Amino acid sequence: MSLHDQDDPVLRAAQEGRLRRVWEPPGGLFLRWSDTNNNQVGVWYVLTAFGFMLFAGILALLMRTQLAVPDNDFVDPGTFNQLFTLHGSVMMFLFAVPMFEAVSIILLPQLLGARDLPFPRLSAFGYWSFLLGGVFVSGSIFFDAAPDGGWFMYPPLTTRTDLSGLGADIWMLGLSFIEVSSVAAAVELIVGVLKCRPPGMRLNLMPLYAWYILVVAVMILFAFPPLIAGDVLFEMERLLDWPFFDASRGGDPLLWQHLFWIFGHPEVYIVFLPSIALFAMLVPTFARRHLLGYPWIVLAAVGTAFLSFGLWVHHMFATGLPKISLAFFSAASEAVAIPTGVQIFVFIVTLWAGRMVWSTPLLYATGSLAIFVIGGLTGVMVAIAPFDWQAHDTYFVVAHLHYVLIGGTLMPLFAGLYYYWPLATGKKLSDRLGKIAFWMIFAGTNLCFFPMHLSGLMGMPRRVFTYPEELELGGLNLASTIGSFVIAAGVAVIVLDLCRSPWRPMAPRNPWAAGTLEWLAHPQDENWGIRSIPLIESRYPIWDQDDFVRKVDEGRFFLPDAQEGRRETIVTSVLDARPVSVIRLGGPSWLPMLTALALGGVFILTTYHFYWPALVSGVLTLALVLAWLWTGTAEIPEKPCKPIGHGIELPLYISGSAAPGWWAMFITMMADATAFSGLVFGYYFFWTRHEDFVPAGMDGAPGVFWPMAALVLGVASWLLTITSREANGAGRIGLARALLLTGICASGAGVCAGLAGPWLSGLDPTLHSYPAIVWTLAIWTSAHSAIAAIMQAYALARSLFGRMTAHHDADIRNVTVYMHFFALTVVVAYATIGLFPEAA
Amino acid sequence: MKRERRKWHERLKVTLWTLVIPPAVWAAHFLCTYLWAAISCAKAGRFAEFPTLFAVATLLALAVIALSGWIAWRQARTAGSPPPHDQGTDVDRLRFLAKSTLLLAGLSFVAVLFTAMPVMFIGDCR
Repeated sequence: MSLHDQDDPVLRAAQEGRLRRVWEPPGGLFLRWSDTNNNQVGVWYVLTAFGFMLFAGILALLMRTQLAVPDNDFVDPGTFNQLFTLHGSVMMFLFAVPMFEAVSIILLPQLLGARDLPFPRLSAFGYWSFLLGGVFVSGSIFFDAAPDGGWFMYPPLTTRTDLSGLGADIWMLGLSFIEVSSVAAAVELIVGVLKCRPPGMRLNLMPLYAWYILVVAVMILFAFPPLIAGDVLFEMERLLDWPFFDASRGGDPLLWQHLFWIFGHPEVYIVFLPSIALFAMLVPTFARRHLLGYPWIVLAAVGTAFLSFGLWVHHMFATGLPKISLAFFSAASEAVAIPTGVQIFVFIVTLWAGRMVWSTPLLYATGSLAIFVIGGLTGVMVAIAPFDWQAHDTYFVVAHLHYVLIGGTLMPLFAGLYYYWPLATGKKLSDRLGKIAFWMIFAGTNLCFFPMHLSGLMGMPRRVFTYPEELELGGLNLASTIGSFVIAAGVAVIVLDLCRSPWRPMAPRNPWAAGTLEWLAHPQDENWGIRSIPLIESRYPIWDQDDFVRKVDEGRFFLPDAQEGRRETIVTSVLDARPVSVIRLGGPSWLPMLTALALGGVFILTTYHFYWPALVSGVLTLALVLAWLWTGTAEIPEKPCKPIGHGIELPLYISGSAAPGWWAMFITMMADATAFSGLVFGYYFFWTRHEDFVPAGMDGAPGVFWPMAALVLGVASWLLTITSREANGAGRIGLARALLLTGICASGAGVCAGLAGPWLSGLDPTLHSYPAIVWTLAIWTSAHSAIAAIMQAYALARSLFGRMTAHHDADIRNVTVYMHFFALTVVVAYATIGLFPEAA
Repeated sequence: MKRERRKWHERLKVTLWTLVIPPAVWAAHFLCTYLWAAISCAKAGRFAEFPTLFAVATLLALAVIALSGWIAWRQARTAGSPPPHDQGTDVDRLRFLAKSTLLLAGLSFVAVLFTAMPVMFIGDCR
C-alpha cells in the first residue's frame, strides 16, 4: 500500500466499510451490554459515576436540612451518621475516582490516536465491578444498613461488632471490590499511555492530560494497595476476631489510621490531578496558543505525586504521636504547596500570554481556580500542627476539604463536561444555561462553605446531628444550608441542560478550534476511534501539521484498514513512540461482566457470612479468569507480520518487555507488592508497640525451620520458572515442561510449608496481635504460592496445547514477571516471621 | 579515527526512570527519617541526642539529588534549537526530559531541606 493508493475513493470506501464492520458495536437489547469498546464503556462509566454524584449530593442536602436550625429532628442521629458516612464514601470512591477513570477511558484513546486502550475487556470488567459494588454500597441506606462510622471508618468503633452493624462490612467489602476495579483501570491507563501512543508522539509531545493520567495511575498503584491491606486486617478482625486493632490484645487502632491515610492523602491528589489535567487541555485552546512551561507541568504532576505520599500523618496530628514525627509531615505538607502553585501559575501565564477567548468551559475553569486557591490556603493553615489541634474535627476542616474538592475536582469536571460534551455527543451544551449554572454553583459554594470556617472556629464539631441554640451557630448554619440548596439548583440546571441535548442541532467538527488529537472525532462518531493512526510531529498537530485532518480522514497515515477483520491498534516504544507491533484487541464478550459478577459474589456473600457460597463464587471467578486468558490473550497470529502503510511491516506477536501484557503483569505486581508491604509494615509496627515483641507463652513460634523451608521452596520455584523460560526460548520444549512441572510441585509444597510454621507451633490468632499478623503474612504468602502453582500449570498447559512455542512465549515470560515478585514476597515474609523474633 | 572514550556522566542518558530519581531519593530520605525517629522514640524512649546517622543520610540524599540535577543540567544544554523543546527529534525529547529532571531535582532538594529542619529545631520525643 503506498501513499497514492489512498487517492482511490473506492479503496477508501472499502476500507471504511471493513473498519466499520469490525468495530460495529453489538446490537439488540441484551447483546449491547457485552460491548467492550471504550466509546460505549466510557459513556456507561461516566453516566454511572454522575448518577452516584447526584445520589451523594441528595444525601448532603438531607444533612444540611437537618442542620438548618438548632435542635432539629428532621432525621434521627443514626440516620445522620449513615448520611455523612455514605456522602463522603460515595463522593470519593464512587464519584471522584471512577469519574477520572471513566473520562480517561473515553478521552485517552482519542488523545493518543489509538483505536482503543490495550485491554478493552479489562475496562469493561472494571466498569461492571464498579457498578455492582457501587449499587451494593449505596443501596444499603435504603435498608437502614449503611456504614455509619465516618468515611475513614476508625476502629475500635467500627471493628467492634457490638458497636457497628453490617454497615462496616458493607463498606469494607463493597469498597474493596471497587478498589480492585480502580487498580484494573490504573493498569489499563498506564499501559495505554506508555505503549499505545501514535508513532512519533515522543514523551515531549505527549498531551499533558496523558502525563497527568500516567502520574495519577501510578499513584493509584501505590495508594490503593495499603488500603486493601488495611481492609484485609479489618475484616479479619470483624469476621474472625483477630485483634489487629484491639488494644486489649496487643493490637493498635492507630495502625488502621496509618494504612487508611497512606491511601487517603494521595487519594486527594488522585482526584485533583486528573481534573486539573482537563485545564491543561482547555486552557491552550481558549488562550489560542501552546501551553507555556510544559516541563513545569511535568514537574508539578510528578512532584505532587511523590510529595503527596509524605503527608498522611497530617490527618493524625491529634493522635499523640511524637512532635518530631508530626513536624516531618508538616514540612512535607508545606512543600507540596510548591508544585501545586506552579501549575496554577502556568495556567494563568498561558492565559495571559495568549489571545484569550471567553467561553463557558473557561468560566468554570477560572472560577474553580479561585475556589481551589482558598481551599489550598486553609490547607497550608491546617498543615501547621498547632493550628490543626485547634481546628481538628471542626467545621473548619469541613470547609477546607470542600473548597479543595469542589474547586479542585467538581468544577473542573463541569468545565470538562462543557468542553468535551461535543466530543462525546456531537452537540454543544447551552452557553446560557451553563453560565447560569456556573454562577449558582460558584455563589452557592461560597455561601455554603465559607460560613463553615467561622462555625468551625466558633467550636462546631464535625459529624454531630444537631447543636444547641445557645452556641449561636444558627445563623451560620442556615447560611450554609441555603448555600447547599443553591449549589443543588445549579447542578439541576446542568442536568436540565444535559437532558435537552438530544433535541439540539449537531455542532461542527472541532467546535472550539482546538489543536489536539481528540478533536479529530466526527460529530457522527464512528466506533473505530480514528480513521488512520497519524504520525505526530507537534504537541498540537491539528494546528501545526499541514493538511493533518484531511490526511487522517483519507487514511493516509498508518493502519487505515482491517483486512483480517480484527480490531487492531499500534504498539509503540515508551520513550520515542517508534512502532513496535500491531496488537489484536478483544472484541465484545460476556466474560468481563460474568467475571465481575462472580468476583462481586465473593465480596457480597462474605459480607453476609455465607462463606461456602462465597468460596464457590471464588472458584467460579478463577475459572472465568482462566477462560478469559485462555481464549483472549497471547493468541498466535495467522501470519508473523502485517504492513501498516508507508512500507512499514510490524510483527503481530511480541513478548517480553515490549509487550503490553508484560507491562500489565509488572504493574499489577507492583500493586500487589505494595499491598504486601502494608502487611509487613503492620508486623514491624506491632514490634515498635510492644516491650516484648513475642508475647509470653509464644516464644519460639512459629520457629525457624518451617519458614526457612517455605523460603527455600519459593526461591526454588522461582529459579525453576526462570530456567524453564530460558529452555523454552532455546527450543528445548521437553525440558521446559519438566522444569515447569517441578516448579508446580515446589510451589504446592511451599503452600504447605508456609502454613506449617504457625499451624504446628499452635499459634492462636485470636489471642494477640502477634500470632494474628504472623498468620496473616503466612496466609498471604501461601496464597501467592498457590497462585504461582496455577500460573505455572497454565503455562504448562499452553505449551502442551501448542498455544505457547519457543518463539511465542508471552505466557511464560509474563509468569516469570509474577515469579520475580513472588520470590521477593517469599523472602521478605518468611525471613520476617522466621528470623525476626530471634533478633527482636 | 581515534575513538574517544566519553566520560561516565556523558554516557548516562536521562529517561523516564532517571526522571524520578530525585523525588525517589526524597521519598527514601523521608521514609528513613520518619522510621528512624518513630523507632527511636518508641524503642529507646528518646530521640537520638546527636543524630550523626541522620546528618549523613541527609547530606547523602542532597548529594545524589544535586548530582542528578547536574547531569540533567548538562544534558538540558545539549546543542539544538532553543526551547520550548517541542519538536519530534531525539535531541528535543532528551532536552525535555533533562529539563524536567532538573526541575524535579530542585524541588526534591528543597523538600529534603524541609524534612531536615524539624530535627534541627525539635530534639526530643515529646
